[in-house]
Amino acid sequence: MVSLVSSRVPAPEASAPAPRRRGSIARNRRRLGIAYTTPMAVLVAVFFVIPLGLMLWMSVNHWPLVGVSAPNGVENYDALSDPLFLRAVWFTVKYTLVTTVVLGVVAFGLALLVQHDRPGTGVARTVFFLPSAVGLASTSLLFYGLFNTDSSALNHLVGFLGFGRVDWLGSGGGALGSTVGMITWRFAGFYMLILLTGLQSIDPALYEAARIDGATRWQILWRVTLPLLRPTLALAAVLSLTGSLLAFDQFFILTGGRHDTATVVIDIYREAFLSQDLGRAAAVSVATLAVLVVLNVAQLRLIRREGR
Amino acid sequence: MIRGVGRYVTSAALAVLFLLPLLWTLYSSLTGREAGDSGTDNYRRLAEYGTGLGTYLLNTTVVALVAVVVTVVTTTLGGYAMARLAFPGRNVLFLVTLAILMVPYTTILVPLYILLGWLGLQNSLIGLGLVMAVLQLPFGLFMMRNSFEALPIELEEAALIDGCSVGGALRRVLLRGVLPGVVTIALFSFLAAWNEFVAPLIFLTDGEKFTLPVALFNLQSGSLGSVDFGALQAGVVVSALPCVAVFLVLQRYYVRGFTSGALKG
Repeated sequence: MVSLVSSRVPAPEASAPAPRRRGSIARNRRRLGIAYTTPMAVLVAVFFVIPLGLMLWMSVNHWPLVGVSAPNGVENYDALSDPLFLRAVWFTVKYTLVTTVVLGVVAFGLALLVQHDRPGTGVARTVFFLPSAVGLASTSLLFYGLFNTDSSALNHLVGFLGFGRVDWLGSGGGALGSTVGMITWRFAGFYMLILLTGLQSIDPALYEAARIDGATRWQILWRVTLPLLRPTLALAAVLSLTGSLLAFDQFFILTGGRHDTATVVIDIYREAFLSQDLGRAAAVSVATLAVLVVLNVAQLRLIRREGR
Repeated sequence: MIRGVGRYVTSAALAVLFLLPLLWTLYSSLTGREAGDSGTDNYRRLAEYGTGLGTYLLNTTVVALVAVVVTVVTTTLGGYAMARLAFPGRNVLFLVTLAILMVPYTTILVPLYILLGWLGLQNSLIGLGLVMAVLQLPFGLFMMRNSFEALPIELEEAALIDGCSVGGALRRVLLRGVLPGVVTIALFSFLAAWNEFVAPLIFLTDGEKFTLPVALFNLQSGSLGSVDFGALQAGVVVSALPCVAVFLVLQRYYVRGFTSGALKG
């Protein structure tokens, strides 16, 4: 496994005869190292480090979208007790849990289905993955059409099964279910691919041994596959949890946040560009960021420990 | 035997289910709203929407191009330096760059909006492209550092002994070895930039600067009650087609991104 911080550096000493020359080569390589990483360092500083600092500063300022800003202490953090925000938090958490479970189960099923190289599995993998190449915004617009036109394939299918007309996005629960369905279609192949890399790293000899010991398929799944897949499952869970907690495109496009389907990021967007209060938006951002960093660190710790 | 058939039927049924939304959208974009209308009408209305489909396609291409070029150039140089050169601040820069992964970018969009204003890059496709590139840096840097580390050190030494400078060896010899990594990064970066929605929604204020996803969103939400579904579906096809095509051609490289361990940080 490659370590996180590299210590492998070529030793130019071997090819340099004189000590004086050796020093100049090392200095030269040091200078090159700085020159080669400068563009990246500038980008990271300007578009990442400075905005982070600016976000903290904005969160303690009255900062209208247009006009002059002035420090106002922790007043902006009142936004965190706003009922609209609390409802957004509750909805986001609900959506995240449902999505992660549904997506995990479907992706795992797909991965099991196509894990062995048989005729046709290559095509199946490609097809399952194909929706992941389509952008999330395009996917949402595509499903907006599927849900809202009477002649769509989806509504035809439902009609054919005799369910009558379904209002896919007309209520909070309906919109949640419809969106989770869409997200599953869009991301199942992506998580399938992640789980496949985990499945394929399991030593086939272990399955063989379990079979010889008389284990059933079900026992092998529970006692061999799942425990060995835990680090990969944890990784998939991290990606799904953090992705879903930051959901924006799907609800912004499908419901516009109506029927109490506004997520935390939609709330940030509303504070910033509808209420035109960037200070409050920054305060909500700081809180969201803190929660996600804590979550990320905890989960990464878990993965590291499990990975050993 | 029966199990094999069951697996085959399940896979086929699921494949149809996964393809259906795409195929239906393609099909309905090609058929008219009413009898007598032909599918080309959908595409004609789409082409004439707003400041014109051509403008939106060009804008999206500019953003994707800036993102891809900046990501590839900076992470190739940076990845090489991280793998092969010792210089002060190397580990700090590596960790700070990886920290971008820990910070969800949607939370720094508001300060970025202000910052881009200070830099004169608000409402600018270049500014948007740069932000999109920065988001790809952690993955790209990790991928390129690993790619350079995987090359035998003798390859570089041979080039240096033959009289290449460090930069010459990188350009003439090593670049060929890390080409698969470069293609992978370019692919991820292209897909992300082409499809991005929230960043252009916030950063771009002029209708004629809009990227395709934002323009299509306006087509959907701008006319409440009477959405032109035909044109919308044509738009979805136009925006998805390049991604699907690029993915099908470069699939191998995409999967490489998963198995390289870069995703695991």
